[in-house]
Amino acid sequence: MALTESTDPLLQEITGPTPGQMLRKRVFGHQGLLFGGIVLGILLLVAIFAPLLAPHDPYAQSLMTRMEPPVFLGGTWEHPLGTDHLGRDYLSRLIYGARVSLMIGVIAALISGVIGTAMGVAAGYFGGRVDMVVTFLINVRLAMPVVLVALAVVAILGGSLQVVIVVLGLLLWDRFAVVMRASTLQVRGREYVAAARAIGASTPRVILSEIMPNIANNLIVVVTLEMAHAILLEAALSFLGLGVQPPTPSWGLMVSEGKNMMLFEPWLVLIPGAVLFLLVLAINLMGDGLRDVTAPDNRS
Amino acid sequence: MSQQKQNAVLELRNVTKTYRVKQGLFGKARPLTAVNDVSLSLPRGEVLGLVGESGCGKSTLAKILLGLEMPSSGQVLVDGQEIGAQDRLSLARRIQPIFQDPYSSLNPRKSIFDIVSLPLRVHGVGQQADWDREVRKILDIVGLPARVMNTYPSQMSGGQRQRVAIARALIMKPEIVICDEPTSALDVSVQSQILNLLGDLRREFGLTYLFISHDLAVVEHLATRVAVMYLGRIVEEADVAGLFDAARHPYTQALLKSVLTPEPGLGVPDTQLGMAYPNPIDPPSGCHFHPRCPMMTEHCRKVAPRSLPTPQGRVECHLFDPESPMTKAEVA
Ligand SMILES: Nc1ncnc2c1ncn2[C@@H]1O[C@H](COP(=O)(O)OP(=O)(O)OP(=O)(O)O)[C@@H](O)[C@H]1O
Ligand SMILES: [Mg+2]
Repeated sequence: MALTESTDPLLQEITGPTPGQMLRKRVFGHQGLLFGGIVLGILLLVAIFAPLLAPHDPYAQSLMTRMEPPVFLGGTWEHPLGTDHLGRDYLSRLIYGARVSLMIGVIAALISGVIGTAMGVAAGYFGGRVDMVVTFLINVRLAMPVVLVALAVVAILGGSLQVVIVVLGLLLWDRFAVVMRASTLQVRGREYVAAARAIGASTPRVILSEIMPNIANNLIVVVTLEMAHAILLEAALSFLGLGVQPPTPSWGLMVSEGKNMMLFEPWLVLIPGAVLFLLVLAINLMGDGLRDVTAPDNRS
Repeated sequence: MSQQKQNAVLELRNVTKTYRVKQGLFGKARPLTAVNDVSLSLPRGEVLGLVGESGCGKSTLAKILLGLEMPSSGQVLVDGQEIGAQDRLSLARRIQPIFQDPYSSLNPRKSIFDIVSLPLRVHGVGQQADWDREVRKILDIVGLPARVMNTYPSQMSGGQRQRVAIARALIMKPEIVICDEPTSALDVSVQSQILNLLGDLRREFGLTYLFISHDLAVVEHLATRVAVMYLGRIVEEADVAGLFDAARHPYTQALLKSVLTPEPGLGVPDTQLGMAYPNPIDPPSGCHFHPRCPMMTEHCRKVAPRSLPTPQGRVECHLFDPESPMTKAEVA
């Protein structure tokens, strides 16, 4: 232990904050991230506790009370957001609709995330032929118009929640692949990856424990983007009548059903349109915020 | 020489590494010879300094030795066994690297304990309690207090990080350590601390170093032998005294002169060779060094010099070749 003395005893104190502490500080200093997170959190809770929160059965029709206006347009508290053309409580349908939107967003982003990340990381890490194949597949995928392909597939298989989720999941992996490939390429050249390989670490270990933690921030940003993307696509498909089928409460479907009455009862379209906008805005704000918050960490 | 060869822990035989580099989108891939027919032998316990300008192929050579890149041709022998024939884990136990940039060589998402104990975990040595003990021990040896175990690289200074990197390299007690410019990214004030630490560790553990640097002053401090690299080739090799007292190759002389100028040992030395370093995709004809050589002749432009033995090592230069027409002319 004589060596200890020969080295510098005046090692400066290690007092800086840990990366975790720094991250926490940055998260709570970012307004967009906080706002997006809170809105998304509330919508998530609403979706989970929909049966407890909804004042009525979202499927219960009542032809006596059709198209009642919301409270703020002179309606009653019995139906705070009014009723639709079949007399179903609009608030209850809206609350259950959050389930559909979030489920589609989360599961479709999960499926496409797994596919795209696997492809992108493999291409970035192994390069060469693997990269050529993946790049080719990405180009093929980018040449296909998502909405058209989804429309065609749903038209053939019939619309249902499951079909929409799987189709979107299988279509939306391109951005994951592109971003993960670029991030992996960047991180792969770092010396800690070379050090891990020189230590004898296996390829899966290098990828999972050295590379993935350092590209996870980019992954999270793409997850939020693709969640919003999937939610909007579901709404578009449902609006066109080729997504989730009635009577399932879906926000896109609600807009679609309300559009005939838009001139006389514009709130039928505006209310589901507004919550859709709010959800997508919250997700995007959160994605932007996460990128801002995690990026400086990567610079060091 | 033959005695040296016998107990060489590390030996390179005609190692060449050629990359294929694509220029432009539709350009044809062209060969870039980063390491060109290099033969070196490293006796146990010695420190071989490898010097040369940026881009001459030093790091490529290091990667080949670490098994991170495969040589295009030639052999690398560790303890007389070819690298390719050994499995990665046993090679990793014998050779470990210390890299140039301690800001890039430590995973920013891992705690110091995770970083230093990674070799133990990868090689399945011991249990959690043993790792803890081993990490404390090696941290103490490299001069870091045990409490850094729970901190992250971003909380440390460059010198402290480099100590962590050294701890990681030494925790499995390797025989050979490849130091790829371990001090060039550090403050001048910290450089000597790290160099002293590396010197102490070598004596303590009987390590063999390949010490890569573009700074001859650093090499003189630590190395027992020196190899000078230019465009992928070893142009001169000698023991330290021989090289610093009687440098033969004009390139070595230029490097030495750059050390003597009152420039601090930071950055790439100014070789005062005027012309820019040549593009390795288009190496000059004949002797690769001829466009920058103050003693260039017509012969150098056409014919590549061969490797000639000298009392302390060898040199690749027509000036020292009794067969070459220019020396004949000079003699005449
Ligand atoms: N993966 C690669 N593909 C193509 N060319 C490469 C690759 N790696 C290195 N090279 C080229 O090989 C040559 C030698 O590079 P190398 O990194 O070994 O130089 P170096 O001597 O370590 O330089 P430095 O002092 O800057 O670290 C350079 O011209 C470089 O551009
Ligand atoms: Mg280098």
